Amino acid sequence: MNDTTRATQWIGQSVERLEDPPLVTGRGRFAGDINFSRQLHMRIVRSNHAHGKILSIDTSAAKAVLGVVAVWTAADITDIGPIDFREGPIEKLAPYRQPVLATDKVRYVGDPVAAVFAEDPYVAEDAADLVTMEIEELPPLLDARDAPGEFSPGKDTEATVLYQGYGDVEAVFRDAPHIVELKLTSGRHSGVPLECRGALGRYDASRDQLELHGAAKVPHRNKELIARMLNRPPSSVNCFESHVGGGFGIRGEIYPEDILVCAAALKLERPVKWIEDRREHLIAANHSRNQHHHIRAACNDDGEILAIDDVIHHDNGAYVRTHATRVAMMTCGVLPGPYRVPGAYRAVCHFRLTNKTPAATYRAPGRFETTFVRERLVDAIAHQLNLDPIAVRKRNAVTVDEMPFKRPLEALGEEIHFDSGDYHKLLDQVLEYVEWDKLNADLAARRANGEMVGVGLVMFVEKAGLGPVDGVRIQVDTSGIVEVITGGASIGQGFETVMAQVAAETLGTDYKKMRVIHGQTDRIEHGIGAHASRATVMTASATREAALLVRAKALDVAAELLQAPVDTLDIVDGEVVRRDRPGGPSISLGKIAAALSNTSKTLGGRDPGLSADGYFHVEHQVYPYGNHLAVVKVDPDTGGVQVLRYVIGYDIGRAINPMLVKGQISGGFAQGLGGALLEEFTYNERGDPLAVTFADYLLPSLRETPDVEIILTQDYPSPLNPLGIKGAGESGINGVGGAIASAIDNAIGIPGAVTELPVTPQRLKAILDARLKGRIHG
Amino acid sequence: MVPATMKPAPFHYHAPRTVAEAVTLLAQVAPEDGRVLAGGQSLVPTMAFRLARPRHLVDINGIDELKRLVVEDGRLCIGAGVRHAAFHRPVVPGPLGQLLSEVVRHIAHHPIRTRGTFCGSIAHADPASEWCAVAAALDAEMVAISTRGTRVIPAVDFFQGIMTTALADDELLAEVRLPTLRAGVRVGFAEFNRRAGDFAVAMAVAIYGVQDGVIAESRLAVGGAEASPRRIDAAEYALRGGAPTRNTFELAAELVARALDPLEDNQNTAGYRRDVARAMVRRALEQAEQKAGA
Repeated sequence: MNDTTRATQWIGQSVERLEDPPLVTGRGRFAGDINFSRQLHMRIVRSNHAHGKILSIDTSAAKAVLGVVAVWTAADITDIGPIDFREGPIEKLAPYRQPVLATDKVRYVGDPVAAVFAEDPYVAEDAADLVTMEIEELPPLLDARDAPGEFSPGKDTEATVLYQGYGDVEAVFRDAPHIVELKLTSGRHSGVPLECRGALGRYDASRDQLELHGAAKVPHRNKELIARMLNRPPSSVNCFESHVGGGFGIRGEIYPEDILVCAAALKLERPVKWIEDRREHLIAANHSRNQHHHIRAACNDDGEILAIDDVIHHDNGAYVRTHATRVAMMTCGVLPGPYRVPGAYRAVCHFRLTNKTPAATYRAPGRFETTFVRERLVDAIAHQLNLDPIAVRKRNAVTVDEMPFKRPLEALGEEIHFDSGDYHKLLDQVLEYVEWDKLNADLAARRANGEMVGVGLVMFVEKAGLGPVDGVRIQVDTSGIVEVITGGASIGQGFETVMAQVAAETLGTDYKKMRVIHGQTDRIEHGIGAHASRATVMTASATREAALLVRAKALDVAAELLQAPVDTLDIVDGEVVRRDRPGGPSISLGKIAAALSNTSKTLGGRDPGLSADGYFHVEHQVYPYGNHLAVVKVDPDTGGVQVLRYVIGYDIGRAINPMLVKGQISGGFAQGLGGALLEEFTYNERGDPLAVTFADYLLPSLRETPDVEIILTQDYPSPLNPLGIKGAGESGINGVGGAIASAIDNAIGIPGAVTELPVTPQRLKAILDARLKGRIHG
Repeated sequence: MVPATMKPAPFHYHAPRTVAEAVTLLAQVAPEDGRVLAGGQSLVPTMAFRLARPRHLVDINGIDELKRLVVEDGRLCIGAGVRHAAFHRPVVPGPLGQLLSEVVRHIAHHPIRTRGTFCGSIAHADPASEWCAVAAALDAEMVAISTRGTRVIPAVDFFQGIMTTALADDELLAEVRLPTLRAGVRVGFAEFNRRAGDFAVAMAVAIYGVQDGVIAESRLAVGGAEASPRRIDAAEYALRGGAPTRNTFELAAELVARALDPLEDNQNTAGYRRDVARAMVRRALEQAEQKAGA
């Protein structure tokens, strides 16, 4: 197939989203829109204590409420084990899993203690208010740097200690001319989808089928997990994804509520619906990001980083949920980013539990945190050695000649192999775009004039396209509509459009004549879903494989029907035509599908149906890369920070739909801005969460979020897949904390001032005041 | 009436058509935790979280006589049915209309302003309410009606702490009256919040007249910083007789900072609030001067 001669080109076009018509006309179907007849509604009774022993739970008053069908505590579901890990059993971590309902202890405010099932959602909520419990309060553990406490007899709250590294760290540090050392903290924040979680369990006794509706992100994986936890054959469980109002890593994991609606549907023999409210979401859905790094670098005089030694305290909240140690392990593996670090490397991560909401992945897990840490370190090296920060970055960044670059560290269980890229070239492009020297001169002039303005820049490497395999089935119906049946998931990122573009271009049809299926476990056997920026890399590549097979089959049949050699045929707008005879005879894909029906005389020895299964396998992830640049203004009176300008340079290898890529980058940036300046899950000394509404958990609004200037390049397509795709999803958020921290340092003229995210006005004012005091007394 | 089944805890709903009916109802239900519902922009979210659980709601949105917004005897009378959005454009000529139209833009967000009411904010008495700061600065009069009669409460007596006022449970805040300001009086408002529309860390309202190059009369109130907004006498006194210049403003701002006993919470230390209040006072005074010059 020669792409360049084809009439229908969809790859690389910023075409309109296929997903939008129902969404913008009020016809979307989110979890809350799904209803089944005879359904019950579930309300969770949650712990109001951060840590305590459950002495008794009294459900009698709740059970007496008219319309209440059942009230469960842990005693009612002793046959269901704790929420298991997605990737299967891990013996060492098993004791730290979250029970579906708290058994002997409550471990965070929000911990599910009882479930009320009623005819009406508000009756369930009224009754839930009547469930009382006696809790013997225990002292809460709230800082992962504090000494671990007892989790259960014989187990302390340091669930495990993780390690990644290479080389002789002690030796390199001993001999190095310079050592730079920092202590840094990334605050607790997370993804906050517009749609809260929702789950509906339904059991069809006539077919012995258990269904979970409202699934997201990883429906196929969740099907397996639910089957395992409820001890059912996987073939008797199905998950169904509807519209999803944002995922960001946190939505779509299996939580206690998902298991409860399924278990209740089985035991009560009625469908059970649960819709989370916002307060619940902010205390019950996964948190993320909270880490403390004590990092040291050994350097040469010219700023070359010889070795890095990092001790991390990772605050995972109250339990180890489905992701196990994924975020912490990723943190250890990806921290060096684009820099060579030739001598030695050691990351030791104390993976600790605290009495706060459990934590797991949030968009760019381990990367938002480590880009902040690593780039703070590079800035500190530049300052301590009196070098230009850009020069230090260039001194250390892997060059194009070193590609593919292998590093004896791992990400998601694979050794890290940077597949392709020219980090220096993209950096130069960004510097040129902003006129770096002039920008710095302008800002310096404004600072001389009394304004606190500054610029900061970070480099980063993303990772995307988690394998190992994706499969797609494509089938064309007799009207010519193409069904692309994937094991992927759509969390709002434009999944359907992208798959349709790839299928349409490969097949030779209109991308709008596609019906893209995702998140339906009864339609396709396998699927890994939408996470780790994998959907376009993996599912689109599999889509291409399937489309190539369908194309070949269509041409084979058409050659017979048109009595023409296959190599003279092409498919244009869903019609097979003769390349050598424009305006000559043609046949539509719909007609070819009809010719392949099981009763068709033309079928011959072929398998029926214009359809094929395509698979795409990989051994390694792909590594897109980029830069973030922030220009900020600090209000010296209040410590407030305004982002005046934000630039993101990103090499994506190949963009299937540049508009969607830019949408991903812009949305990610807004979330990163939240983590850098505004969003923080705070707790008081009793372990009470203080950010339980949108008045306290501050998401950036349009007024705080500048437009992002995006330099999207496609200079280094990945050699690891035929379309050269790298991922888009996490590039916009990755560097925001690091870039804004650096820009604030520059604005206030205090190198290394920012050591903690988010940089709240209160924290920044304290930094400014401390300098003032230093001047007066010093 | 059957309790409704909905997100908030169960309550009884009443919709009187007249003030007389409303206060009669209030007299009945106040002892049983009855509350007035106006725009509902503070009360309803708190009810949805089940933090507030009133047993009765007396909805005054259907009472036409509360919708008046008129000038009488040199005072702007703002009825309990008047929404924030009414102030987007000046409601009276001169500095008062100008001040109110500037302040209103800081109150939450546009959709909220189309429902929330001026008097509702006053009765709710959130320390960070912009209208409460304005009311304190102008010595507003609060007209409270109950079956026991009508009384007029001056701002200085009305605000009694965080979400605490002189209103009795059975009293309806029917109207707030603000003195109009003569032409030429300078007005300024400044606040600092983490995001546009958020509750402010601190805010300042500055109102002063200038005669022969010096400040002749002055009102300076701070909101958000303490449990209730209030005028700061020492700073007002210091302004009078001074030229409207940065030095004068900085002195006043410093006197405000010294006079304050700021609230502390998880995010804001007293010291931080004091610093922000100082800066907001200076900015409100400067803004008033800049606009006079413009």
